[in-house]
Amino acid sequence: MSTAMANKLMSGSEVLLECLVQEGVEVIFGYPGGVTLPLYDAMYDHPIRHILVRHEANAAFAAQGYARSTGKTGVCCATSGPGATNLVTGLVDAMMDSIPMVALTGQVTSKLIGTDAFQEADTFGITRSATKHNFLVKKIEDLPQILHEAFYIAKSGRPGPVLVDIPKDVFQAQGHYQPVNSIHLPGYKFVVDGHNGQIRRAAQMIWEAERPYIYAGGGILHGDASEELVETVDIVDCPVVNTLMGLGAVPANHPRFISMPGMHGSYAANMGMYNADLLIALGTRFDDRVTGRLAAFAPFAKVIHVDIDPSEISKIRHADLPIVGDVKRILKRLNFYLRETKDEMAPKTEPSRAAWRTQIKEWMEEHPYDRPVSVDEIKPQHLMTEIDRISGGNAIVCTDVGQHQMWAAQLIRFNKPRLWINSGGLGSMGFGMPSAMGAQVANPNQLVFSISGDGGFQMSLPELATIVSNGLPIKIIVMNNGYLGMVRQWQELFYNNRLSQVTLDTFPKADLLAAAYGFKGRTIEHPRDLRSALEEAVAEPGPFLLDVRVTPFENVYPMVPAGGAINEMVLGQPSPAPAGVK
Amino acid sequence: MVEIISLLVENKPGALMRVTGVLVARGYNIESLTVARTLDPTLSRMTIVVDVDDRLRPQVIKQMNKLINVLQAQDHTEAPAVSRELLLLRVRAIATEGQNKDARTAILKEAEIFGARVVASNIEGFVLEVTGDPEKLDEFIDVMRSYGEIEVTRSGMVSVSLESKKLKLAPPITRGATQSEEEENGVLNG
Repeated sequence: MSTAMANKLMSGSEVLLECLVQEGVEVIFGYPGGVTLPLYDAMYDHPIRHILVRHEANAAFAAQGYARSTGKTGVCCATSGPGATNLVTGLVDAMMDSIPMVALTGQVTSKLIGTDAFQEADTFGITRSATKHNFLVKKIEDLPQILHEAFYIAKSGRPGPVLVDIPKDVFQAQGHYQPVNSIHLPGYKFVVDGHNGQIRRAAQMIWEAERPYIYAGGGILHGDASEELVETVDIVDCPVVNTLMGLGAVPANHPRFISMPGMHGSYAANMGMYNADLLIALGTRFDDRVTGRLAAFAPFAKVIHVDIDPSEISKIRHADLPIVGDVKRILKRLNFYLRETKDEMAPKTEPSRAAWRTQIKEWMEEHPYDRPVSVDEIKPQHLMTEIDRISGGNAIVCTDVGQHQMWAAQLIRFNKPRLWINSGGLGSMGFGMPSAMGAQVANPNQLVFSISGDGGFQMSLPELATIVSNGLPIKIIVMNNGYLGMVRQWQELFYNNRLSQVTLDTFPKADLLAAAYGFKGRTIEHPRDLRSALEEAVAEPGPFLLDVRVTPFENVYPMVPAGGAINEMVLGQPSPAPAGVK
Repeated sequence: MVEIISLLVENKPGALMRVTGVLVARGYNIESLTVARTLDPTLSRMTIVVDVDDRLRPQVIKQMNKLINVLQAQDHTEAPAVSRELLLLRVRAIATEGQNKDARTAILKEAEIFGARVVASNIEGFVLEVTGDPEKLDEFIDVMRSYGEIEVTRSGMVSVSLESKKLKLAPPITRGATQSEEEENGVLNG
């Protein structure tokens, strides 16, 4: 920061852009409007990159794709009123999955606030519960401090979205960029170093356990603790599962990695969870989709729970040994203590642990995920298996929400963190394609798949234009079963197969749709075309839309019915499904 | 069960909204809430009574502590603390009617027993002010109701801890600085 800059008279818009530069922001996903005109005018000759999305909701999803694939804070921007309200889903989504994001919204001129002015909405009030924290800027002098605080809050502790609402007159006001050297938020306390005594006790508990089980969530990715986690797994030599949010935390090809636990988790993952005598829960929050009926969740296990957010400890499941802090630091020290005590303590319980590993392996072999292949129709699992083959554990895969998401999570392997991007907590349809845009912008040379169902794809349809405009070579795969598949599955299983409002009988022709936007698309219906079509999509230098017509009535298994116990999975189709479409 | 929460909050726009918003969103029913500035005018003290299951009490405190504008959240339910509530009560007892002369005298006697003060008096009746714990106030209301038509405004609970608890605040952060590996190792070896 040069003194020249500090002395230069700037507009609020220029001050804002300077703050973004200082924060290392590379790209903004946004959409302009009335009150952000001064900001967009300042952007006109500013080097910062702006990606013009086609709907503000997708700006928030794209910023998340950027953040999830890099670990950096994503930035999105919208105008007041409808622009800001359109961001809300993406904010809640980021909140649920702890994604660092800063949302900038324009607000009507200060003196009009509260007068029901054109495009006025109480953004500050509306987004209070959708954000980790939010700000309304009252004057240009506060702008730098607030913006740097926003970035600090978004990224530190348990990450999350922060919104800064800026009235038009603040953009227009003249002022100085005052460098902000210090951030003081006296009420923003979070513990980083876990309690040393607790970590020592954890090491002891782990060596005393006969059936230890590591249950690692998205916190491992946010905390950049994948390496440390793998080390823990290797030292203890015990089974490990990654939640939907944590896939990639342990490489899928690691010999102790089982899969994902929970509602559509693998048989072995859930049986392991049920039978463990020690659950080592790391950066995870015992989501209902993981635990099933709580009373029957890991009933024999003591729980070590590591989390940076104290309110997650004993929120759902009592933690016998809570450790609050940064998971990377805690695992480093845990690994130190585990090594220190291994020779003395491990041999006593090693025979039990060896039997436990054998048991897990048996369960894995007994019921692996189903990968049906048909000669005349494309099974959705076949599609995911083929994508997995092409990816080889290295592609970025962004999904929507529903059946395709679960099959992708089950069958596509991830050998690194931050490759698997999906809306886990909130389960927002329409997340896949815009998040893939953010991921591709952040990783221009990487293979990025956007996998959606025919439902979610149509929710994000306008972004095809953004993809083409920005030359993003995303491989857009639509797993098209003509239904809102997951809802249909539940109607079939729990509502007497009365298929109410789940039929998507109209879908555009992929080749024509893509051609209308100026890129290549194709529809396939036969399994013999699957491999070649995927290869064609990947070989295409630009984006590619592949509409894959799959078996319409395929259901996702295993399945723990809502309120069921995790060891009582339904492993396959109970009875043939008669169609009763209305 | 009720939980008495005492919060020290920064006087920032929206701070009250954040506190009540989180309580409502997490499904805790607010029984009463009082808020006023502290000796330091940049801070406010809130006393909130929420209806919450006993085992969820720590969770409520944790949720409050997560708010960036909350400097301190304490559970006063079982901690050494004094809790009081103020009640203003208007009781109708018209002075001109003969038999009410006795009633007016009786009201004043009862008020004395409860330590209530007369803050207004006219031919229509009295306005009485009384402080105490909620049970005492409930009783006072019951007694006064027997004398005639009443109207009541309660302040909600205010509470003060009997122990001075050290305020733990986050220190200022220097921008761009990251905590070094050495520090980490220092902790490990120490």
